[in-house]
Amino acid sequence: MRRVWTRYRFIFFGFSLLASLKVFGNDISGYIGAELRYFPSSPVFSGQSSHNDSLTGYFEAYRDFNDGDQRIALTAFARVDSEDNQRSHADIRELYWWQNFDAFELYVGARKIFWGVTESVHLVDIVNQSDTLENIDTEDKLGQPMIQVVTVQDWGTLEAFILPYFREREFPGKKSRLRPGLPVLDEALFQDDDEQAHTDYALRWSHYVDVWDFGVSYFSGTNRSPVFVPVFNNGQVIALQPYYAQINQVGVDLQATIEAWLFKLETILVDEQGYGNYEALAGGIEYTFYTIASSNADLGLIAEYQFSSADGAREPIAQNDIVLGGRWAFNDLDASEVLFLVSQDLDHSNRFYSLELSRRLNDDWKLEAEFRVFDRIEPGTPEFDLRDDDYLQLELRRYF
Amino acid sequence: MLRKTNIIIWCLIFLPVTLVAQTPEERGLEIAKEVDARDIGFGDSANKITMVLRDQHGNERSRYMRNRTLEVEGDGDKSIIIFDNPGDVKGTAFLSFTHKEGPDDQWLYIPALRKVKRIASNNKAGAFMNSEFAFEDIASQEVEKYTYKYIGEDTYGEIAVFKNEADPVDPKSGYSRLEVWIDQQRFIPLKVDFFNRGGKLKKTLEFDEYEQYLEKYWRAGKWTMTNHITGKSTVLYTTGWVFNNGFTDKDFNKNSLSRAK
Repeated sequence: MRRVWTRYRFIFFGFSLLASLKVFGNDISGYIGAELRYFPSSPVFSGQSSHNDSLTGYFEAYRDFNDGDQRIALTAFARVDSEDNQRSHADIRELYWWQNFDAFELYVGARKIFWGVTESVHLVDIVNQSDTLENIDTEDKLGQPMIQVVTVQDWGTLEAFILPYFREREFPGKKSRLRPGLPVLDEALFQDDDEQAHTDYALRWSHYVDVWDFGVSYFSGTNRSPVFVPVFNNGQVIALQPYYAQINQVGVDLQATIEAWLFKLETILVDEQGYGNYEALAGGIEYTFYTIASSNADLGLIAEYQFSSADGAREPIAQNDIVLGGRWAFNDLDASEVLFLVSQDLDHSNRFYSLELSRRLNDDWKLEAEFRVFDRIEPGTPEFDLRDDDYLQLELRRYF
Repeated sequence: MLRKTNIIIWCLIFLPVTLVAQTPEERGLEIAKEVDARDIGFGDSANKITMVLRDQHGNERSRYMRNRTLEVEGDGDKSIIIFDNPGDVKGTAFLSFTHKEGPDDQWLYIPALRKVKRIASNNKAGAFMNSEFAFEDIASQEVEKYTYKYIGEDTYGEIAVFKNEADPVDPKSGYSRLEVWIDQQRFIPLKVDFFNRGGKLKKTLEFDEYEQYLEKYWRAGKWTMTNHITGKSTVLYTTGWVFNNGFTDKDFNKNSLSRAK
């Protein structure tokens, strides 16, 4: 009974949330999804399973007050996974109160903030912790508690953040694929004694002039990306422990939009307490062909380069890589789309392919297929543990 | 008697001169300017849009969105379109600053990522929401975006019209030329034929159910776009027009775009 409850509490959570939202919101939306993920290759590590079957739910509601000068918003997500209890999780993505004053706007509560311009990696985007249980693309984020002040002036938009609570990254359990070979301990190490209660600060100025859109950001606080510290027992590494350092990070993002071209650049300079500096950069181009062969279809092409000077335990997967991709949008009634991406490591033979197909079945149902392949992965590289985790995923969503 | 002769002589001398002096290009521009001038001063507006997409097999989809427009003195309008369906694009919002000259500035808010993305300004020939409308068909029409050639008088149904040719200035436009039927009384477009880059008639747009607001400004309630090449069509209905909303520039920037609901 207890096990059943553990597994299905998220569904219960979802439906009770839905019920409360009906009362709460004058506008509610979201989806319920069924997801099948299948790994054709045998697992590298014992206990890993060949598939994940999941149910997901996403709810969003808001209510405006005072002639639209105040808003309360709630966004929640939950997943129940057939294989991995760790991957079964629920999160309040957003729960905030917003007030518009004449000179500025104030947000209090949990929010999701996105900074940046590049498609293949998100360097400057540091406010929220990534929800790595969801996807390896780091585009899913955990809600971040904050006090945010925004002011829009002739000279640009200035945002200041106080981030009073830190959210740790979550890791898949033993049965999951797409995880390090060694177990990751639940208990993390923190450089600062305040641990999760450390207050972080962030500031961003963004503006646009003519074809240029740009932002300069500063972050001071707990790094969202942990360093994995090996845990020894009798001279053997038996586990990894996440270690969250204190950093100061300066980020710059820039996009020039010229005719059908987008030129993009993101760069960060990280100063880690007690370690030193490293920097990372991502840049590239995006080009779109419209109404191909007098059809309605568009083809968008991207090419991006990723670099990071961080090494050792801090070296990311995107340390010296090139990414090429294309998106074919049919622009038919049901928005059929194909997205293809290949990423080549320039230091190693590591290559990664991703193919995504999506279309609506009608206005309420959408089908998505995702096929990802890790190819020619060299030992000693961060993605070596994922070398046999190619997967095929099908997801059906019902929007409401 | 003398007076009458005088007038006749004056007419004989000058009328042909004025007719000759005004080339079809000048007359065309004059009409386009008059169409534009009659819409100046509306300030701002908000309205709902229902777009019915139809493919060649008769399949139909309805799209719902909301539009807010701010008139900008001396330049093109600012507008935000918020998409209310289908489920997977709900909450997506599109901000555009049209300019009389040069490319428009456009941003898209992608709600799943909470991301505001500047998009390529020459998407004008691209399909708007999988419809038969291109971005340039729904953008605010500025006099400077075309060169003109007056074709002649005609009738559209019972209505006396001027026929005017409009040639897009921007080579990135999907069209070589447009032929526009303009109501002689009200100076509003009733029908547009769109010719593709190959000079072939590609699409026809018909405006119906015009209503007048603030006793001055005409807004079409129904826009019917037919693609002659593919057999697809889109009918766009505008409803719930509200003027004098008190919109300011603050309601039309990247920050307000990310908050648009």
